[in-house]
Amino acid sequence: MSTASIVYDIIGRFTMHSLPFYDMVQNPTKENLINGSIAGFAACVAVGGLVIVVAGITYLKKWRWLWSEWLTSTDHKKIGIMYVVIAFVMMGRAIIEAILMRAQQAWGLDGGFLSPNHFGQLFSTHGTIMIFFMAMPFLIGVINYVMPLQIGARDVSFPVLNSISLMLTAAGAILIMASLVFGQFSTGGWFGYPPYTEAHFLPGVGPDYWIWALSLSGLGSTLTGINFAVTIFKERAPGMKLFYMPLFTWAALCTSIMMIFAMPPLTVATAQLALDRYLGFHYFTNELGGDMMHFVNLFWIFGHPEVYILIIPAFGIYSEVFSTYSGKALFGYASMVLAIMCIAILSFTVWVHHFFTMGQGPSINAVYGIASMLIGIPTGVKIYDWMWTMFRGRVRITAPMIYAIGFIVLFVLGGMSGIVLANPSVDFQVHNTDFLVAHFHNVIIPGVLFGLIAGYHFWFPKVFGYRLDERWGIFAACCWTLGFMLAFFPLYALGIMGLPRRTVAYAQPAYVPLEMAAFGGALLIGVALLSLLIQLVVSYLHRDENRVPVGDPWDGRSLEWACAAPPPEYNFPVIPMVSDRDAFTAAKAFGTAYLPPAEYVDITLPKNAAMGPVIGALGFAIAFGLVWHIWWLVCLATLGAFATMIVRGFARDTTKTIPAAEVEAEYEQWLEVVRAATPVTRADETRPVNQGLADQTALGAAS
Amino acid sequence: MRVVGPGVRRWIVNTQPRHRPATAADRSCPRRWVGARFAWTVSLARCIALAVLVLMLGSCVGNEHMSFLDPQGPVAHAEAVHFYWIVGIMAVFVAGPIFLALPFFLWRYRYGNARAKYAPNWKDSAPVIAFTWIGPVLIVCGLGYFVWTDSHRLNPYRALASNQPPLQMQVIGYDWKWLFIYPKQGIATIGTMALPVGRPVTLHLTSATVMQSFFIPALGSQIYAMGGMVTRLNLEAMHPGRYLGENTMYNGNGFHFQKFTAVGMTPDRFKAWVKQVKFNGTPIDARILTAIGTCSTREQMIAAMPSLASTDGAIYLKDVSPGLFPAIVKAVKQGTTPGLAHAAQGGSGSRRSTTCKTPPPRLARAEP
Repeated sequence: MSTASIVYDIIGRFTMHSLPFYDMVQNPTKENLINGSIAGFAACVAVGGLVIVVAGITYLKKWRWLWSEWLTSTDHKKIGIMYVVIAFVMMGRAIIEAILMRAQQAWGLDGGFLSPNHFGQLFSTHGTIMIFFMAMPFLIGVINYVMPLQIGARDVSFPVLNSISLMLTAAGAILIMASLVFGQFSTGGWFGYPPYTEAHFLPGVGPDYWIWALSLSGLGSTLTGINFAVTIFKERAPGMKLFYMPLFTWAALCTSIMMIFAMPPLTVATAQLALDRYLGFHYFTNELGGDMMHFVNLFWIFGHPEVYILIIPAFGIYSEVFSTYSGKALFGYASMVLAIMCIAILSFTVWVHHFFTMGQGPSINAVYGIASMLIGIPTGVKIYDWMWTMFRGRVRITAPMIYAIGFIVLFVLGGMSGIVLANPSVDFQVHNTDFLVAHFHNVIIPGVLFGLIAGYHFWFPKVFGYRLDERWGIFAACCWTLGFMLAFFPLYALGIMGLPRRTVAYAQPAYVPLEMAAFGGALLIGVALLSLLIQLVVSYLHRDENRVPVGDPWDGRSLEWACAAPPPEYNFPVIPMVSDRDAFTAAKAFGTAYLPPAEYVDITLPKNAAMGPVIGALGFAIAFGLVWHIWWLVCLATLGAFATMIVRGFARDTTKTIPAAEVEAEYEQWLEVVRAATPVTRADETRPVNQGLADQTALGAAS
Repeated sequence: MRVVGPGVRRWIVNTQPRHRPATAADRSCPRRWVGARFAWTVSLARCIALAVLVLMLGSCVGNEHMSFLDPQGPVAHAEAVHFYWIVGIMAVFVAGPIFLALPFFLWRYRYGNARAKYAPNWKDSAPVIAFTWIGPVLIVCGLGYFVWTDSHRLNPYRALASNQPPLQMQVIGYDWKWLFIYPKQGIATIGTMALPVGRPVTLHLTSATVMQSFFIPALGSQIYAMGGMVTRLNLEAMHPGRYLGENTMYNGNGFHFQKFTAVGMTPDRFKAWVKQVKFNGTPIDARILTAIGTCSTREQMIAAMPSLASTDGAIYLKDVSPGLFPAIVKAVKQGTTPGLAHAAQGGSGSRRSTTCKTPPPRLARAEP
């Protein structure tokens, strides 16, 4: 046995070349220096960030707290917060990548400063992160936090499974971060079309990172979908019929069902690609019976519903935001529910519009084109209904409302460009160009991201007990909106001028002014992200004057506003009875909000479980081993995962009980706070005087 | 006769001679669409598009036509008309009402405005609900009509109406260049694609490597080229000129160099061009085929084989057998192309493959 083979057995295909700055040191050309410095710096940030976090926790002696209060927690609220933290960290990385790419293209006339390979990795990680490790964790986190509160439940149906889903997502995110330091990511884009991603054309670790990161995240999302759907069907408060549920919960239900059906095709497609790459199968190769279009079909059978999985929760958030900040019941509730259900079903019938140019017949293209346009119908209905919600309301222009209004304006334009793309005969012209890039950013940023950030503003006081700084919030919202317009409207023109997407450099001077404008927009989006960070810091520093302990800072309409801010671990001392839509508005109108229950009872909650973090860590180890062909690690971690499941099967003492007396004491204490608080009108809702008790006598009282 | 053209034409200085035989576009031009009632929709869309494009296209149009809104063929022309119609209809019926109503609602029903009516519990109204559904349904019905008819009319596989038989061409996508084969003429080119004006061209496409997408925006549709498979595309040029051609499907480090110039020529010039290539071109052989098959841009290939150089940077080949294209399709399908055979020895990925992994050196950008 040679030394080389022993080394290979231990560290797999890892070599010095896998380190980001190695080529720069070996061969210090200008190009290698620039790209090596950027990649090396990114790796240092990743490693440095990790070191700082670990050192900080050690210095503050917070490991035990972190483990018992957060990592092993099965509380849906804490899991939701951790999901959103992952989303923000990953958003930071992906936005920096976006700014780098925009800078490269702005100076791309003479080749720019990035190497083609580096650029390829940037657009691949940017897309993969934004979809799977920013948007998905963000929306799952928000649903996790809000949905059980809205339906009057104590937790989700399967709290430990919830923790496992979180940790699998985290493992995927860490795997993507590891690709900054070890080896290189795929250059195959976020959809990784074979045969380009087959071992023959991309033999390195890149596509394997992509495959296993997606597999981890996809598994987590499937489990989450099951968990949420079961929770909504089984855990609703007594009296809450399906048609009494808040719109956000309806959206969560649609999204969960879609996750259950949409994730398996992705898992199958990436698993087949893995078989091709690892074991020499020929599912998607050029030769020996392979057919890459099967991958393309499978991927988009997942991929198209995926974009609606992202946007439907955002639609739910907008429904809450429009109705709350208009001081008015949501218009056309049944129509809205019907519309999201239509979207959920139609979204599975349109995937071919991602490849009208494959060479299939015109009738197939026309059918899928018209099916794509049909989605415009329920979406249009929703836009109209949100506008009718503002009609004869009392509209307050707060930060979430700026996102919501920006959303309507920009989403209409994005939807229009979507209808343009749904015409096969126009798609033949703008497919694969920057027009397409502009389109999907135009629906995903105002649609999904604005919605999630609006939700972050809206529910932040509920989660942490104090309001976010309004001025920084409005500034960030304006930067997002303007930055978005500046960054992406030029791309429509660039696409019409024939610029293919994913172009590292170009030869047409006519592109330069538009690329420069787009770069300016990207910088403005960077400013927007920075202002969100500043806002968080400012709000934290001023938390004491912005506290809303009563828990209802916006005169909310659904049950999550009925409990304290932050809510107790068990959410509600006694599960509320529901007899109408907008349950909390009804309670406030009838004066039944803030009343002590007739009787307190013991509350049973799930205990902390180490299973989530353990499975997450083992999942990461399996994936990392598979990427680098470190087979001993794969075997050990797989055995460990099975052992963990078996050991968990023997756990009997999995719940804890909170005695009625403790619940009563806590609740009475909160009622004291409520009684001491001054009700505020909506004019004062962003001032320190707002303690979270809404004035029901003035404007806003039931007529 | 032109429906869209005049506006575009007027603004764009075309240095090419105006030669304009009757084309399929003139016959199939959807004049019937432009009912007098909605003519202004089209002109509005045209104005908006022009405002954006005049500035942008102005600087490069003298060189190469690069957009379907500056159409040089009947297919691109019809696609541009379709585009204007869709954008116009939506601007008027979708965006218009929303963009008018939204600011009005926001201003009228703002929090401080006590004079506006406040109806916190108004949440359902059958006529309004009916309106919100019927409006979009009608719009989609109208648009769906365009989708159905135009998908069939502009089907890339459908031969274009003409009194001349189409010119047959075969296109093979390599990393990072397109090989254009003229099977009847026995010639092939890389980097330039000549076609006679006024005569349809039927292309058969395949890929000798990963999936690619063949696209000449000013002439018409794009279509995928896939290994072991053959797709088809029908195009026609209306005016002599130079049009940007490219691959739009990312295929690695040299992706952005995979451009070519499509050159529309008068039939006489095209005949002369073919003769010239037959006379001056390099005879194709196994060595050249291997060079085409390795990962390289056109410039890198010429650098490696200086005998292929020509004054305009393109590569001209002669003595091309009509059996080359089917042979490549078959070889890729069976995995017997030299590149694939090489990879089969390399195993499934632990060792470095020589194909396509080494980035091309930074090149000065190709001057046309």
